[in-house]
Amino acid sequence: MTPSFTREQGLELLRHMLRIRRFEERTAELYQLGKIHGFLHLYIGEEAVAAGSIPSFTNEDAIVATYREHGHALVRGTSMKQLMAELYGKAAGCARGRGGSMHFFDASRRFYGGLAIVAGGLPVAVGLALADKMQGRTRVTGCYFGDGAVAEGEFHESLNLAALWKLPVLFLCENNLYAMGTALARHQSQPDIAAKAKAYAMGADTVDGMDVLAVEAATGRAVELIRNGHGPHFLEYRTYRFRAHSMYDAELYRTKDEVSEWKRRDPIATFEQTLHQARLLRDEDLQQLEAAIATEIEDAVAFAEAAPWEPIEDLNKDVCTDVRRTT
Amino acid sequence: MTKITYREAVRSGLREALKRDPRVFLMGEDVGKYGGTYACSKGLLDEFGPERIRDTPLSESTFVGAGIGAALGGMRPIVEVMTVNFSLLALDQILNNAATLRHMSGGQFNVPLVVRMATGAGRQVAAQHSHSLEGWYAHIPGITVLTPATVTDAQGMLLAALQEPDPVFIFEHAYLYSMEGELEESRPAVDISRAAVRRPGNDVSLITFGGSLWKALAAATQLAQAGIEAEVLDLRVLRPLDTGTILTSVRKTHRAVVIDEAWRTGSFAAEVAAQIMEGAFYDLDAPVARVCSEEVPIPYPKHLEEAALPQPDKIVKAVRRLLG
Repeated sequence: MTPSFTREQGLELLRHMLRIRRFEERTAELYQLGKIHGFLHLYIGEEAVAAGSIPSFTNEDAIVATYREHGHALVRGTSMKQLMAELYGKAAGCARGRGGSMHFFDASRRFYGGLAIVAGGLPVAVGLALADKMQGRTRVTGCYFGDGAVAEGEFHESLNLAALWKLPVLFLCENNLYAMGTALARHQSQPDIAAKAKAYAMGADTVDGMDVLAVEAATGRAVELIRNGHGPHFLEYRTYRFRAHSMYDAELYRTKDEVSEWKRRDPIATFEQTLHQARLLRDEDLQQLEAAIATEIEDAVAFAEAAPWEPIEDLNKDVCTDVRRTT
Repeated sequence: MTKITYREAVRSGLREALKRDPRVFLMGEDVGKYGGTYACSKGLLDEFGPERIRDTPLSESTFVGAGIGAALGGMRPIVEVMTVNFSLLALDQILNNAATLRHMSGGQFNVPLVVRMATGAGRQVAAQHSHSLEGWYAHIPGITVLTPATVTDAQGMLLAALQEPDPVFIFEHAYLYSMEGELEESRPAVDISRAAVRRPGNDVSLITFGGSLWKALAAATQLAQAGIEAEVLDLRVLRPLDTGTILTSVRKTHRAVVIDEAWRTGSFAAEVAAQIMEGAFYDLDAPVARVCSEEVPIPYPKHLEEAALPQPDKIVKAVRRLLG
């Protein structure tokens, strides 16, 4: 079978996923070592979604993400050094170290967080899209959230408003089947999430979120539709979180068998297999990729370790803009 | 000087703002076709069109959040939340996004958003439509809280708020919309950093804001008949609070009564009293007194509602107690 993508494209997708996986594995170790504190929500298992979808957006587009956003920021292009420094709480971090794991921001890449109240990012994304529409720009806003957000009022309000005003926003629902520890079937009367979006009169598709190629294709199509003025669109990616919800989760709500079953569909292992079968990936390619990523990670750790803390004198800086009011 | 109602003053401010800056737009429930619940935006839809005068669904959290997003995206939104009572549905967006984004993002993002809403009691609309919660909002760092009590402020504070790079919340007292007043020429813009002395006096400071200003002035008139000259301070800006003007007045009069339509416990009046203790304790000749609402849900019948709220006679009594 002839693959529909080039070797370079395939390796790039693999690289994105591996960077996320290895970065997060390292952050889990650093958490155990007491280098990273607070909440740390790992994306491991869901990498195909960020890796396959984020490249569909241009630099001019906007991204709004959640507290499980390490992968999105990495693929968007914020440097691993800045992200690691943020996790350390250092001033060189992508939010001056003030946000930590849940609050990555990068104005230069129009990355609007890192917003950690479930569904709280949807209205903001709708507003960003409204600003683009009112100013006659053809930019698209991508808004990521999980299946838990579907139960919130803001989900329904935002889909309604975006469709009513035909705003250029793509809703990207990462359905990992659990709202923290509550299974989808235990919190939704209608577990077909795309069906809810369709009820708000917008196009909606369900995508295999473990298949990076499927994610890439569906997201590319959706972004194109929106850019061409078709109004909002909704994508539900069926995916799975291999690790605990955060670092404090005994995982009493799901069985080991279920987790192992999903791990057989590991988006990285299965894509490596696809690349091998298409003769696009040699063993030495993988070794080189892994080696480069390992170096990047250790450089990021060294950078974060050496980076200075924000001085306490700056605690109140940027609560409000320091300007003299009109008199 | 032109005579104008508070409602017309708000409308005139809105119209001026929309004319001055193409990035400004108004959105909220019934701001367009209906003309605004309090008729503040009457006629603006015809004048500025549906792109800039946007009727929203009844989705407070989402249209306030969309205001935040639009502000981040380069617009200058004015979001009208019909009343403070409904703003509770948007508290998450206000606190966790609008007020927090600048600091939490390390200064990368600012939210130049203006949110207007009606506040206060006194119109027999019962417990769910009579809240005075501007003091809650004043608790939040990262936002500015304005309480226009005069027609000049009703018009001019809006224009000044739109010059701010960070979120500004304007609380318009619902009881004042029909009040007439003299519109002062306020070019280029009214100040939104200072409290104002609305009536000078030497015997006691009556410190208040919003709808209660007029009750305090009425009390001052009564007191004057008895030879007591009260100084009436209109705080105007609850955050950041102009403590300097408060302390200057108290150091002169040596007595203070703080009047606030919110419930006494944890009220903004408590904050003002604390500021006086911290900054002018040794200048006081009597403890700071408060006249606030009774700690009950505001009832519907007129006599009970009046009994629940601060009134001029309650203020007069509080002053007399202080003077012994």
